[in-house]
Amino acid sequence: MSHETTDENIIIEIKGVNKWYGKFHVLKDINLNVRKGEKVVVCGPSGSGKSTLIRAINYLETHEEGDIIVDGVKLVDDVKRIQKIQRDVGMVFQQFNLFPHLTVKTNVMLAPIWVKKSAKAKAEKRAMDLLDRVGIADQADKFPGQLSGGQQQRVAIARALAMDPKIMLFDEPTSALDPEMIKEVLDVMRELADQGMTMVCVTHEMGFAKEVADTMVFMDAGNIVEYSTAKEFFEHPKEERTRQFLEQILNH
Amino acid sequence: MHPSDTHTPGETRLPPNADTGPLAWVTENLLSPWYNAILTVLACLILYGLLHPLYVWGIKNASFGTVCPSGHDGACWAFIRDMWPIFMVGTYPHEERWRIVIVLGVVILLALSLIFKKVRQWKPIWVLWALTPAVIFFLIRGGSITGLTQVSTSHWGGLMLTVMFAAVGMLFAFPISLCLALGRASDIPVIRAICVAYIELIRGVPLITLLFMASVVLPLFFPPEMEIDKLLRAQIGITLFFSAYLAENIRGGLQALPKGQEEAARALGMGYWQRMLLIVLPQALRIVIPPMVNSFIGILKDTSLVGIVGLVDLLQVVFAATANPKWLGHIEEAYVFVAIFYWFMCYGLSRYSQHLEKRYAVDNK
Repeated sequence: MSHETTDENIIIEIKGVNKWYGKFHVLKDINLNVRKGEKVVVCGPSGSGKSTLIRAINYLETHEEGDIIVDGVKLVDDVKRIQKIQRDVGMVFQQFNLFPHLTVKTNVMLAPIWVKKSAKAKAEKRAMDLLDRVGIADQADKFPGQLSGGQQQRVAIARALAMDPKIMLFDEPTSALDPEMIKEVLDVMRELADQGMTMVCVTHEMGFAKEVADTMVFMDAGNIVEYSTAKEFFEHPKEERTRQFLEQILNH
Repeated sequence: MHPSDTHTPGETRLPPNADTGPLAWVTENLLSPWYNAILTVLACLILYGLLHPLYVWGIKNASFGTVCPSGHDGACWAFIRDMWPIFMVGTYPHEERWRIVIVLGVVILLALSLIFKKVRQWKPIWVLWALTPAVIFFLIRGGSITGLTQVSTSHWGGLMLTVMFAAVGMLFAFPISLCLALGRASDIPVIRAICVAYIELIRGVPLITLLFMASVVLPLFFPPEMEIDKLLRAQIGITLFFSAYLAENIRGGLQALPKGQEEAARALGMGYWQRMLLIVLPQALRIVIPPMVNSFIGILKDTSLVGIVGLVDLLQVVFAATANPKWLGHIEEAYVFVAIFYWFMCYGLSRYSQHLEKRYAVDNK
């Protein structure tokens, strides 16, 4: 994988990573660099290891071999370092994973107050700004269970942004949503991309990928099969496996 | 015909009126078809056969006065009336019983403060709550700084003792069980092994054995001049026993929580204790309110086993009272009274648990 960029622009460096679930080899010699401000979309059939890969970036999954270096900090089995990386990397999950016992606003304020030790008033103001940005400031005092899926996912994005992350990871953020709610979440993500956020996104939304991605990564059976710019990926895919996948996903 | 039967398709309307009164309900559910009618009659006969003698004995032919007329065949509730103070506090000295009345007042205030939302939300109430057990303890015991006559624990008894064993057991077993449950779910093998060993060991032994151990074996570990109170020893036994059961209840809640909750907290950079205290436990404990109250009801009744090591709880004191020459042979009244008393306590707890469940209901989607 060649990059024309200099090293200091690289914010995520994945070198020779291997991972197994028991005897099952999920990630096979993965090498991938992500530059600051780059938007990477990872796609591939289910079970290809794409979720595992992005979960490895903030250490929700451990890996057995290879190195992952995030913003100059190497991921090793050390609680302090892992927590530093987890603070700097925001994550949005397929199932939203909002905290159901806390109001929407508290969901967003919680980590800034406890992890970053922000003053309560400051955290609250920031939370309201973020909720306003994702368009649900009026729901701030409701509980997550009272919101629609699309609204919950937007709260989840606001919650991640409240920690001022340097990188945002999206793990199939629209896969659990009703079709009519996908757009509202993608709009928020699009806006985030326009503002220069570094994003790694696992998604099947090829329209979104075409529009937003700088780089496309196609994975199959634990390998990165194809790595190219979005334009090349959609217009001239190099690999046969990629062409098959695109054909299926675009003509369904 | 019901007015809503004439409607234009697609319009919004009320549900068809299904409420037809109690008589229709009885006819529909209890009397038809014919075999249901037979079963209903049979069930009523059995219930009558069981309950009527109890009614005749306990109410119709019973005497509710202060003395029992000789030669009547109903229950003699004068026994309960006469012995009531003893049932409540055992052999606690007569002239000091006013202290127990104050304790009762404190407990009622505590209960009221838990019921009213306004009081619950008043922050300093926590300090008062935290102080209550100590206040109650010193009121009952007296001595040292209180200036009250000290009442030795050998005079503590009756309902007071039963409630105390259960309440103090809950108070101390809860934090212990939290540690055990978290320890059992821990990633550190040594901690996990210790917690599993403790839980399995205690759970695998009947409470009665633990009480024997606490009162007979425990003193062997201490120097002979250091004597631990008999009551305290039983309390330790009950607390250890209860904590193992509560720990398993709480573990159930930890496992019922979707994995994504802890992952989301980790992804925000929260440390272990933040994740547990802010995210995992508040949700897990809500899930396990019913099984925890269930365990508590169990332990409340199990405290009656302390009789075996010579302590006089509600059951023992009532039983002992039947040996009083004045009330010799009124054993049925004694048992019925104890049963009713335990039932009211347990039913009250059960209702409180349902109330808690509603109050802390979470839409866990």
